[in-house]
Amino acid sequence: MLDAELLARIQFAFTVSFHIIFPSFTIGLASFLFVLEALWLRTRDETYLSLYKFWMKIFALAFGMGVVSGIVMSYQFGTNWGPFSEFTGGVIGPLLAYEVLSAFFLEAGFLGIMLFGLNRVGPKLHFTATTMVAIGTLFSAFWILSANSWMQTPDGYVIENGRAVVSSWVDAIFNPSFPYRLVHMVLAAYLTTALVVGAVGAWHLMRDRENRAAKIMFSMAMWMAAILGPVQIFAGDLHGLNTLEHQPAKVAAMEGHFETREGAPLILFGMPDMEQEKTKYAVEIPKLGSLILTHEWDGKITGLKDFAPEDRPNAAIVFWTFRIMVGLGVLMALLGIASVIARLRKKLYSCGYLHRFALLMGPSGFVAILAGWFTTEVGRQPWVVFGLMRTSEAGSPVAPTAIAGSLIAFVVVYAIVFGVGTAYILRAMVKDPRSAHIPEETEILRAGGRQSTAAHPPVAGE
Amino acid sequence: MDYQLIWVLLIAVAVFAYVTLDGFDLGIGILFPFIKSPKNRGRMMNTVAPVWDGNETWLILGGGGLYAAFPQAYSLLMTAFYIPVFAMLLALVFRGVAFEFRFKSKNHQKHWDFAFSAGSIIAAAMQGAMLGGFIEGIAVENGRFVGGAFDWLSPFSVFCATAVVVGYALLGTGWLIMKMEGDFQGNLRKLAKPAVIWMAANLGVVSLMTTYVNPAYAQRWFELPNMLYLAPIPIVTVGLLYWLWHAVKKREKTVFGITLGIFLLSYLGFGITLYPNIVPPMITFRDAAAPENSLAFMLVGAVVLLPIILAYTAYAYWVFRGKTGDEGYH
Repeated sequence: MLDAELLARIQFAFTVSFHIIFPSFTIGLASFLFVLEALWLRTRDETYLSLYKFWMKIFALAFGMGVVSGIVMSYQFGTNWGPFSEFTGGVIGPLLAYEVLSAFFLEAGFLGIMLFGLNRVGPKLHFTATTMVAIGTLFSAFWILSANSWMQTPDGYVIENGRAVVSSWVDAIFNPSFPYRLVHMVLAAYLTTALVVGAVGAWHLMRDRENRAAKIMFSMAMWMAAILGPVQIFAGDLHGLNTLEHQPAKVAAMEGHFETREGAPLILFGMPDMEQEKTKYAVEIPKLGSLILTHEWDGKITGLKDFAPEDRPNAAIVFWTFRIMVGLGVLMALLGIASVIARLRKKLYSCGYLHRFALLMGPSGFVAILAGWFTTEVGRQPWVVFGLMRTSEAGSPVAPTAIAGSLIAFVVVYAIVFGVGTAYILRAMVKDPRSAHIPEETEILRAGGRQSTAAHPPVAGE
Repeated sequence: MDYQLIWVLLIAVAVFAYVTLDGFDLGIGILFPFIKSPKNRGRMMNTVAPVWDGNETWLILGGGGLYAAFPQAYSLLMTAFYIPVFAMLLALVFRGVAFEFRFKSKNHQKHWDFAFSAGSIIAAAMQGAMLGGFIEGIAVENGRFVGGAFDWLSPFSVFCATAVVVGYALLGTGWLIMKMEGDFQGNLRKLAKPAVIWMAANLGVVSLMTTYVNPAYAQRWFELPNMLYLAPIPIVTVGLLYWLWHAVKKREKTVFGITLGIFLLSYLGFGITLYPNIVPPMITFRDAAAPENSLAFMLVGAVVLLPIILAYTAYAYWVFRGKTGDEGYH
């Protein structure tokens, strides 16, 4: 029988995993829309406006799903994790309050103008709205990652009467892992969006190599992959070194190291076994583990056995999620490099292999983000606030049946709602982007000419 | 400075902003069963499509603010209202996505209309049930919730649930009378009349029942000299209901305004009844407050950012002012 703690953890993991897919896409997409509208205003090239309208519809769908799944998160701390909320309320609460005040309202306030207001406010004010929405998504990332990082590497606090009280807001907000996590996550969001845009561009190029809108988006996406792919690997490495400094047990689990030793190998693959305290069937490269983590051939790496059994994260999960993330990251960088080669050989828009590769990589950003979050969150266990509060102490006194019931409800509702939503997004993606905006069209033609508005055609004189 | 008092008032304002703003757009969903034509339903949704997201953000501020400023209250209330909170959130998921999904597929439009309507009704009903459960009080011992999963469910809370559903429907009607024209506006006026009577009855019954729930509540209202100071609240409410009854027939903008006034007075009455408890019947907002420096740090943000938020929110409403037509970007 599953206990309340595990059920609550599964519920949180499930709802947050669904949620994170949407913001990580909309963070990148909002910035992309900002660039597209800026290009349109500067060049007055209608193709940019077509691309803007094409991606704006997808943005609206993804943003709506992000909002509704996000409201769930803001209440879940209290429903399932009451003692955690009481312990951290004085620290994490204000960070989330700042997120609501500086980010959510900004996004929501200008989203309406962005989606519905182009004809009402004119291009310049509309561009301001797009800019505000894009800035809002980045503010949101700032605060939520600060809060999350504080749970990983708490700083700037004292414990008073059994709860955390902030002694320095600068230290609490800019806690040791925050700068690394923020950069790594924002890059991930941009890369994920670039891969989606690249895949959609590739899809349309495979149908019509002369599709100018598809060419533009594919080219822009491939530039992003070529630049951000390698940068992300570098940023990820720095983040890993930071984790080694503050959460060595997590790194030991990621690497599958149980024994502490100098000149440790890099374990490529294997099956970490928590009971037997070893990684079975390990395929290793000698010394490389120490070289990567300490930048020395004979650097010392601490193994999981150096930590008490009750303080160890589950290596079997973390080892593999980490490898999925890294493997996909390498493939993303390869796609970027391949696109540069194709570009130099003037085959960017005609190389079928590249287009197929880009299409396959479309969803890889989401998978990598989820794998990365599982690595860092499962790797933080058994702590909910690292070193301060154990997950086992953090749960609300709720009956397991209530948690199980709500978990089932979430699975069913999310499967329906987000399944259908994803289908609508895919359907919007395969429409020809050139048809998203037809220059000099009249309102009536536009509304009548599309399937989506056909359900409520305008009636003259009303 | 009394940060605890400032924050309990700020959160009360955020919750009221949520109740009225999301109240009228939930109200539109509640009215869906009475409006059959897909064209009119589309227009109804268009009146709130640019602003619903901002309206719902006040709910996040209410929840997030409670977590930040009164963590113990947040923890206790969310645990006590586990089932209605999740039912409300899932209902809001359905109605929230319907704003986009409804226009994506003609074949599924009926289903998303149903999701929008049922989601709105369930979310409003759960809010009402929580209001009732809140007034009745929550079982707490040694700072821990010790009640059952269904403590919030009682005849009183069920009655509060219907009262909130009807109240939101009336807010939605007032909003639509302002935004719509012609025959459709006339239909809305016909719908509004029974809603006014029903709301007046609900307000009377809920107010009287509240004084029976807890002797302390009755004392606050009926003891002298309180009774004299507080008398204007019910008296003005009755006056506004009478005015509303007449405004429904021919006024365009006042219907919404008067309904807002009735909501404000009811909310004031609710606050006066419960003050200073944040988890009735025992825990006051001072018992549940976060550390002083957290409240002070957040207040800086609130003082700087809330006026800006109000300014651009007002701007967004102003951009989409006037009668709503059929235009959309879909």
